Amino acid sequence: MAATIQVENLEIVGRRGKGAELPIVRDVSFSVQRGEMLALIGESGSGKTTVALSLLGHIRKGCRIAGGKIRVAGYDVTALTPHECRSIRGRIISYVAQNAGSAFNPALSIMRQVVEPALVHRILPRRDLEARAVSLFRALALPDPETIGERYPGELSGGQLQRLMAAMALMTDPEVVVFDEPTTALDVTTQIEVLAAFKAVFAERGITGVYVTHDLSVVAQIADHAVVLKDGAIKESGTVSKILFQPEDPYSQALLTAAEPRSRQADLARQPEQPSLLDVRNLVVGYGQPTSAGLPEKVIVNHVNFSVPKGSMLGVIGESGCGKSTLARAISGLQPWAAGELLLNGTPLAADVRERTPEQRRHLQLVAQNADSVLNPSKPIGQALERVVRFYGGLRGGAATRRVNELLDMVRLSPTLASRLPSELSGGQKQRINFARALAADPQIVLCDEITAALDTVVAAAILDLMKELQRDLGLAFIFITHDLHALQSICDRVAVLYAGQAVEVGPAVALGQGVHHPYTRLLHDSVPLMEPGWLEATQTRRLAEATPAPISPLSLDPGLCCFLARCPDRVSGLCDRVPPPVRSVPEGPRVLCHLPAFDRPEFST
Amino acid sequence: MIVRIGSFRSRHDRAVVLIAFWLLLALLGPLCSSYDLGAIGSQPVFSGPSPAHLLGTDYLGRDTLARLLNGIRHTVLLCFASTVLSCSIGTFLGIAAVTARPWVEALTGRLADGFLSIPSLLFALLVIAVFGTSTTALIVTMGVIYTPGAYRTSRALAQRIARLDFVTVARARGESTTYIILQEILPNMAGPMITDVGLRFIYSVLLLSNLSFLGIGVQPPEVDLGSMVRENMLGMAYGSPAMIVPVIVIAVLTVGINLALDSSGGRR
Repeated sequence: MAATIQVENLEIVGRRGKGAELPIVRDVSFSVQRGEMLALIGESGSGKTTVALSLLGHIRKGCRIAGGKIRVAGYDVTALTPHECRSIRGRIISYVAQNAGSAFNPALSIMRQVVEPALVHRILPRRDLEARAVSLFRALALPDPETIGERYPGELSGGQLQRLMAAMALMTDPEVVVFDEPTTALDVTTQIEVLAAFKAVFAERGITGVYVTHDLSVVAQIADHAVVLKDGAIKESGTVSKILFQPEDPYSQALLTAAEPRSRQADLARQPEQPSLLDVRNLVVGYGQPTSAGLPEKVIVNHVNFSVPKGSMLGVIGESGCGKSTLARAISGLQPWAAGELLLNGTPLAADVRERTPEQRRHLQLVAQNADSVLNPSKPIGQALERVVRFYGGLRGGAATRRVNELLDMVRLSPTLASRLPSELSGGQKQRINFARALAADPQIVLCDEITAALDTVVAAAILDLMKELQRDLGLAFIFITHDLHALQSICDRVAVLYAGQAVEVGPAVALGQGVHHPYTRLLHDSVPLMEPGWLEATQTRRLAEATPAPISPLSLDPGLCCFLARCPDRVSGLCDRVPPPVRSVPEGPRVLCHLPAFDRPEFST
Repeated sequence: MIVRIGSFRSRHDRAVVLIAFWLLLALLGPLCSSYDLGAIGSQPVFSGPSPAHLLGTDYLGRDTLARLLNGIRHTVLLCFASTVLSCSIGTFLGIAAVTARPWVEALTGRLADGFLSIPSLLFALLVIAVFGTSTTALIVTMGVIYTPGAYRTSRALAQRIARLDFVTVARARGESTTYIILQEILPNMAGPMITDVGLRFIYSVLLLSNLSFLGIGVQPPEVDLGSMVRENMLGMAYGSPAMIVPVIVIAVLTVGINLALDSSGGRR
């Protein structure tokens, strides 16, 4: 029997403006048998999305298919007229996009949008389609499958929308489904739920598909075969276990090495206790008018405590919306706080950056998140660095130029880049310049807000190496804000886990994954996919085995109680829902905000 | 300042040359004609081009070229001045709305909404009815009319830029507001703002032509391109250059300036 998807010698070319045509996809061939899932792996710009979209007969404007054949479920996609293309899209082949949050129309109810592709193709009357949608909602483990269709996109979470988008794609029982990084934008704890739901539906319906991703551990869970793409050409293809465990191509090996959680900790010999550099004490940040208790209406960061010793690296981790970035803004003096204090070298810092002394501002530098917007696009990078050198150090002319070159060298960039504009640099280079600008101030502590989030794995790994080097060579302290537990574990000395604005746990990073932890830390740690096939099932089975108490509505709870109560698998009724949690310190371990005595924890009972 | 920002490339040069050409023509043009602006000659009215009158004569037998050069002077200078006025005030207020305290934005925003809700021709009629017509009154009126539009464009641009990370980093570094506005925000909004300047210039040429057509713009014997068209309306039947040439000049002026500024502002 012929394969459901067959791509032979596909060539796609594109041009920018009036320039010559450049190859985007070069001689790509692969096939997918019925009921199989193929993963397209590659960094941004490798052409993986272009290949995936060409299966639907969609080529971006300015590009065209220059050669090769694409056969999907018996249709020759390259030979279809636009009208025929429309008739197979959504019916024979459907697409699940990356960002579900922007893929739904916020003004229409979910059900209307989910049944729309099937209605367009006149497959069944609306009533039957709605019944089918409900059964898909159930299969995808969505809450309240009967009524969720009446709600609007704004009322649902990212993970739920992503599953609803999969439901929309599956409505017509298509032969082939193309998934384009469907879980990349999700938090790990949500990602695992979405992946589990996807996998259950794939198995139940025998879906043939293509799954575009850059996350190798997701590939291990979801795909049967994999294709590694670089610069539009196939580097290696084969079964997932072959690619992940016996990669032959040097590029696949590099990808794997970068993705592997490896420790960058220099030596584990205990260094002498350093004096504290930055202390955060009972910090409360929020928005809105203060209430009677003197706290803001909407509390974002809730009584957070931690300290960063000289030359050490503190990781702050938590899901989106937990207050990580607000915390960073407050520390850097851009967001006033309602209560608590911040000490730098023992002296309190003003909440407004303009009221801090130049020396204080110099010592505390911010490296912001988005490599694309972090450099002024109209200024050459040499000028941007020189400004900081002059602003803090008062250097001018030749001395300033020398210092700029020194800084570029420090972040492993060539001094010839100084005359370039940011738009001429790659994402990784921009992020290095971003670092160099912070270093230009000769700081004591650098605050890094999600600096690796938008970078490819290999590039991000290089940035982490750079951070560790700077810490070692210059004795810099870092606060590393991230949602990537692997990155955090590989470079940080200590970790603060943030949940709903509270630091539920502060402790040594090496202890993560062993010993006693807050239930949320455990959930977070368990949700990071491992690069072993079967991990997803094992984790799901283990979670199901843990007796989960009946869900409670988070709205009915007193704000003073434990913030993780509604999701906690270990909660004790009568205690956790009555009394605010105390702070407990585990000897040699973390400081945890939880009721449960250490010996009651599952780690100890097993 | 319009063309100074960014390095000089050929597109910028072209816009600079074109603007310089019109300004020079406006300043020096009237010196090139030996005819008195208001002198009514012995010529027949609406005569065609001749060696003595290169563009023929108008409805009173006056030299068309002399009047045309005078018309270009008024149209270009008046509109240039009012555009500079409206765009600089508008840009200043737009950036102030983003960087200053929230009440500044509330106040300027409501004021701009209020001005925008008054039809521009009506507003100009009102002001001129009260203060009488004079060059200053015309410049200020047209400047005020187009300030809210420039304000809105610049506020929207500045708002987007002020939220970007490089501005956040500059603020965290402790840079002064002046530095942030001049070095971080302004250069990055220059492109779209220049395009906007081109638009405002055209609007004011059209408004001035409208006002002159209604007879409340530039007063005789001085003339601007719009009033030249009005005076010589009768000449349309004779295909007189006195009526056709100013129309063509208005078109060339507005379309040319707009294209040049568009291409110098849009490409970055």
